[in-house]
Amino acid sequence: MFNKVVEVKGLRKQFGTYEAVKNVSFHAEKGEIVGLLGVNGAGKTTTLHMLLGLTKATAGSIRVFGRDIETERTEILARVNYASSYIALPYNLKVYENLLVFARIYGIKNARTKIDQLLEDFEIAHLRNSTSGRLSSGEQTRLNLCKALLNDPELLVLDEPTASLDPDLADKVRKALMRVNREQGTTLITTSHNMLDVAELCNRIVFMRAGEVVEEGSAKEILLRYGSESLEDVFIAIARSQLIEKVKVS
Amino acid sequence: MRWNRIHALVMKYMYVCKRNAFRAMDVCFWPVMDLLVWGFVTLYLLKVSGAVPTMITFLIGAVILWNVLYRAQQVVCLSFLEDLWSRNLLNIFTSPVKVSEFITAAYILGLAQALAVMLILSVMAFVMYSFNVMTLGFDLAILFSNLMLMGWAMGLIATSLIVRWGPQAEVLAWAIPFVVQPLCAVFYPVSVLPTWLQPLARCVPASYVFEGMRAAISGSHELVSNYAIIAFGLNIVYLAVAGLFFKYMFEQARERGLLAKYCS
Repeated sequence: MFNKVVEVKGLRKQFGTYEAVKNVSFHAEKGEIVGLLGVNGAGKTTTLHMLLGLTKATAGSIRVFGRDIETERTEILARVNYASSYIALPYNLKVYENLLVFARIYGIKNARTKIDQLLEDFEIAHLRNSTSGRLSSGEQTRLNLCKALLNDPELLVLDEPTASLDPDLADKVRKALMRVNREQGTTLITTSHNMLDVAELCNRIVFMRAGEVVEEGSAKEILLRYGSESLEDVFIAIARSQLIEKVKVS
Repeated sequence: MRWNRIHALVMKYMYVCKRNAFRAMDVCFWPVMDLLVWGFVTLYLLKVSGAVPTMITFLIGAVILWNVLYRAQQVVCLSFLEDLWSRNLLNIFTSPVKVSEFITAAYILGLAQALAVMLILSVMAFVMYSFNVMTLGFDLAILFSNLMLMGWAMGLIATSLIVRWGPQAEVLAWAIPFVVQPLCAVFYPVSVLPTWLQPLARCVPASYVFEGMRAAISGSHELVSNYAIIAFGLNIVYLAVAGLFFKYMFEQARERGLLAKYCS
């Protein structure tokens, strides 16, 4: 039985002279929730984009479900989905229409039932016939998550899923994601700046700094290593150690 | 290629058109304005110059067929631009949609829009100027098909440039047809062009289509198929080049992380 859903080895990405991702390796096993953490510009989103085949890696390999993302992108992406707080669905389409378009793209049977169920789960069923552009950012985030769960993905890639949500909604979204993970065995890879998300959701954390993986382990292991009680303190320690190194170099 | 994915992309654009009056104007308003202006110019010329009526009706036929080419090209670009503008591009390209499916959907939309424009303008030309473009019969079908192919190729080249240079290049969606228009010999024969420009015009499939249209209106039907065959050959070459160019530019965009950048 192949357990590694994602296997990233020696991943590098160079934009001109700037190296955004440097020799990154990590993996995600079936049913695991892996958090990619790091300050802005640490290379998390670039890594996710390479994982999804949006951006081409300069070197290294990415295997998802044991397949190479460069050569078997379509087959892989049919079993994956993606949501980000920074992208949107077409703003002049109704909520239902947007989901129907993506249900067709993913070839979902009983699309209407699935859409209704997801809208109920994320408490936006009353917005079914609203134009997506009129939704608040919190509602748009939930709509993005509905889209991301349409195909019951085996791997769900999330870029800051709770970035624009109030604490109550963020909690509901975390619980919904945990339920999906528990009930469907979905593997999740998520970036976040919200330490509560990370602590509550993630089985394993990959800390990135300046394009490199600097820490990896469960929240408990990392806290022990840093002798800290909060992930936020660890985050700050890692971020500031980068600043100290930069000062030393200059 | 999977039909469900192509159908979904076509459906998405149809929903956009349903909600966006400006998109509907591309089909109904601007082509109609074009025909009105050129139709009245035609009537005026008939009145003051005593020109041969057949010659004058070339203008109306040219306006109708030019709009077929222009709208077919434009909608190929717009189907990509709509996703760019609405920051939906990443949702599309992180789904199993293949580039070939994306292009096929754009081509279907181009064909649908060109057919709609053709129908509207034909009815209008008949009602207002008694010009029945349908009398061209089969000639019209082969001329139309060639314009479609050229519109697809131009649309794909413009989209490739937008993929590579992003929203700042979106003006190409509207500008590219007008760059080639002088060489298309839409309103005049190629022989009118300066000698040094004529070889260039001979490389443009539309120049054969418009020459063919004038031949068809004049009753020289045997010439139409000759023109159509040359135009078809050129179109196949340009479509293949456009496809390879798009693939290259798309890979360039992936290499430079541009698809993600445009949406952030």
